[in-house]
Amino acid sequence: MKDAGARRWWVAAMAVAALLGWLEPRLDIYLADVLARVGINVVLAVSLNLINGHAGQFSLGHAGFMGVGAYAAAAITVLAGPHVLPTSCPDWLHQGWFLLALAGGGAAAALAGLLVGAPSLRLKGDYLAIVTLGFGQIIGVIVRNMEPLGGALGLSGIPPRTNLFWVLAAAATTVYGVTTLVNSTHGRGFIATHDDEVAAEAMGLDTTRYKIVAFVTGAFFAGVAGGLWGHFKLTISPKEFDFNRSIEIVVMVIVGGMGRTAGVMAAATVLTLLPEGLRLVAGLSPSLKWVGESRPLLYALMLIALMLLRPQGLFAWSRARPRPA
Amino acid sequence: MAELVQQLINGVSVGAMYALIAIGYTLVYGVLRFINFAHSDVFMAGAYAGLHVGQRMGGGSWAGGLVAMLAAMAACAGLGIVIERLAYKPLRERSKLTVLITAIGVSMLLQNLGQLVFGATPVAFPETLPATTFTAGGVVVSSKDMVVVGFTVALLGALEFVVLRTKVGTAMRAVAHNHQAAALMGIPTNRIISVTFGLGSALAAAAGFLWAYKFPRVDPYLGVMPGLTAFVAAVLGGIGNITGAALGGLLLGVIETLVKGSRWSTWTEAVTFVLLILVLLFRPAGLLGRAQAEKV
Amino acid sequence: MKIPELFPLLFGAPWRWLRLVGAVATAAWVVVGCGPTGGATGDTIPVGEFASLTGSEAAFGRSSHNGTVLAIDEINAAGGVLGKKLVLVTEDNQSKEGESQTAVKKLISRDKVVAVLGEVASGRSIEAAQTCQKYRVPQVSPSSTNPKVTEQGDCIFRVCFIDPFQGTVMAKFAAGTLKARKVGLLVDVGAPYSVGLATFFKEGFVAGGGTIVAEQKFTKDDKDFKAQLTAIKAAGPDAIFVPAYYGQVTLIVMQARELGITVPFIGGDGWEAPELLKGPGAKEALEGCYFSTHFSPDQATPKSRDFVAKYAARHGAKPDAMAALGYDSAQLLADAMRRAGSADPAKVRDALAATRDFDGVTGRMTLDASRNARKSAVILAIQKGEFVYKETVNP
Repeated sequence: MKDAGARRWWVAAMAVAALLGWLEPRLDIYLADVLARVGINVVLAVSLNLINGHAGQFSLGHAGFMGVGAYAAAAITVLAGPHVLPTSCPDWLHQGWFLLALAGGGAAAALAGLLVGAPSLRLKGDYLAIVTLGFGQIIGVIVRNMEPLGGALGLSGIPPRTNLFWVLAAAATTVYGVTTLVNSTHGRGFIATHDDEVAAEAMGLDTTRYKIVAFVTGAFFAGVAGGLWGHFKLTISPKEFDFNRSIEIVVMVIVGGMGRTAGVMAAATVLTLLPEGLRLVAGLSPSLKWVGESRPLLYALMLIALMLLRPQGLFAWSRARPRPA
Repeated sequence: MAELVQQLINGVSVGAMYALIAIGYTLVYGVLRFINFAHSDVFMAGAYAGLHVGQRMGGGSWAGGLVAMLAAMAACAGLGIVIERLAYKPLRERSKLTVLITAIGVSMLLQNLGQLVFGATPVAFPETLPATTFTAGGVVVSSKDMVVVGFTVALLGALEFVVLRTKVGTAMRAVAHNHQAAALMGIPTNRIISVTFGLGSALAAAAGFLWAYKFPRVDPYLGVMPGLTAFVAAVLGGIGNITGAALGGLLLGVIETLVKGSRWSTWTEAVTFVLLILVLLFRPAGLLGRAQAEKV
Repeated sequence: MKIPELFPLLFGAPWRWLRLVGAVATAAWVVVGCGPTGGATGDTIPVGEFASLTGSEAAFGRSSHNGTVLAIDEINAAGGVLGKKLVLVTEDNQSKEGESQTAVKKLISRDKVVAVLGEVASGRSIEAAQTCQKYRVPQVSPSSTNPKVTEQGDCIFRVCFIDPFQGTVMAKFAAGTLKARKVGLLVDVGAPYSVGLATFFKEGFVAGGGTIVAEQKFTKDDKDFKAQLTAIKAAGPDAIFVPAYYGQVTLIVMQARELGITVPFIGGDGWEAPELLKGPGAKEALEGCYFSTHFSPDQATPKSRDFVAKYAARHGAKPDAMAALGYDSAQLLADAMRRAGSADPAKVRDALAATRDFDGVTGRMTLDASRNARKSAVILAIQKGEFVYKETVNP
């Protein structure tokens, strides 16, 4: 039973999450910071992979969903929280409220996903890409014009609720959720939609529904990632969720290999560690100082080289896409 | 009333520039079917090339300005061809997404190289072409605006001529229509693609030069905003369609200006994209897309 | 099923060398990443700096960084602090939001810095301030003028004045010296600096009996301002306040002159850079405009004149306001260490908080109870293509 296998993996990952959550106060703060970023990027990349990889749509607005989730979750804890829960409440109540905020952020993003997914009924390829890109930009403009959300300066004073446990638990749950979905009847629908939409339609598949489901689910997890990000950084501003951030996530998916969850997880990890690794290399000796200031340049070069040498994705070795009979 | 006329003039002037950039996007898209994200950075390179040649030409003469502009166009045509050969050609048979990511990589590379070579500080663009203003009934027209619109129309006309009336243009249309069939008919597709890239990049450089002439501050991130807007313009007009790109650029320039000059100026970008989404919902291939098979 | 695919990833797949490299890199990262280094234990004192050295705001970040580097070199050439040399560890945040905390955590945990310097943009200073405050490492921002920066906690300081002061200064100047009744505003809504300054200008100007006849917005990447300027022109203001950075200010004023707007433009310290007046037509367009800033070359103390000369010798360019503030942030920190007689972050913090009449190149400053620099602003006029001293406004 494949689902049982996935569940076992999920339980194991949750155990690791609990362990790391317990270890966190003893970890180096920089290491913990980078690990949390890895986890959040895994959530983002795996959820985008559902839309771009499995369902074959092309979204350039994933950071927009993340932003919706970040602001919605922050609104729940910062704006609504104090009215519901006085600070004197026990910690577990606050943690529960945070979980609710994450779910709220996810739900808000899912709603946005529904809105953006709807045009995908009519639009394809590059046209859909530009609409999703536009969505991300529109979100930025809306937030900048919303004074209660801090406008251009950003929203600060978000309580520090995110820890390694929540991040890794979210990553594990995202992977579990996406995997299970892809292995269900839906998953076959995604793959059929991806491979040949016309043929899928001819077979009587409701491709529209599959696309919408992919958008809504992907957006939900991106929203959760946004909620985690906000309660981790404690300050969020509209610029963080712009087009460049979306591109970063797309790059993770493509480097990992479209439609390959494991590869995408690996790519998200490597691409998050890489710039930090270069930071450390730059610190090794004064003669290596240039590395620190050349990080964006090196990243660009690496991206081009990677696409030329391994266009199918860095971590995509076997061509066999799992296709349950 | 004078204010509205003035705003329309402002809009047309900036829209003409968007049109010029959008045409480059659309030209490459028509032939290769992928969004060349690096286009906006070739635009930036064109502005810097114009700056360095222009400084040597001495200021304010038509001949000097034209030489600087042609030099920038030639340099960027070369740059475009090199980029295509090194980064895109090896991926010809790969998925569109792979090429897209490569293009994004090239775009980042050019921006960061630009910062390394030219520095991060905005540099003043020298006076390359003469400039004066004309006033009539409270409405002001700068000679810069006239120059920009004039050049855009001229370049557009030249491009239409190349595409529709020359052998290369016919070959480009053939390649755009069907790569393999074109190759079978003896058209050197690789060379035609190179020419297309060179042409598109030269247009980007011309736009970059005119942009810097109109807004004389040049920095390595110069291309990002106009590039994005022009890209939207190309999609709005129907990507792959030259007239559509020009129309989209003009339309966006005017609408953007009208919104910016109103009380809702903070919503400009949102208005642009909402407009785009609405147009695409009713005409999924853009305003002029696919209506006539005039794809290049 | 995707998850078991992790197995080939780890144990049996082609590209073995890649796995090997990956494993070695990860191991190296963990070892290097966790290994304790630095600390004020040896004969050096590590000082952290986070800055936008690359990305869209690198022009400001580099200026400020150049000033800081110059200060650190000078301090070390003069024998260092407490008999030890300062070592500046600089981390780049690529002008990206969301990067600064990671950079600062690296500085604190790996480099064991005594204090953190940075940065220009208020938004990113606030991000870092939350981390610095949490781990109680003093942070000195050179040029973030938004009030919220130092509100993050008692470990956060700055060497510049804040937007409410600067905004009020210019509001009074517009109403008093320029006798303006109606003012138009042109604000960069993407920049907290611009929005903040505009807000306080507006409050001050309206409180003084003036009216804001037009308020137009733009964003950082805009180059075409004719739409907004046409609307402002129609409102007929006596002066136009543009709280923006020099790169755009020149374009704004030149386009305004093209449109036939002849009233003076006024602005804040973001204007101050030699680049403001460069290029054809810039000097003529900006003639008769005013802006507030930190120091004036005319009124300069020997100290600031000396700074201008040294900066030009070192970096081959005239310093702008950000470079001068970057220089002062490092000098103030060194001064605080000397006064504390220690490089212990807590003691340095207390010494910073007790700063009185520190003599910087941007003027004499005292840090108030909110850890903001109380110092006078000067108003400069642009006359005959030069910055000319107009008046000094004391807090």
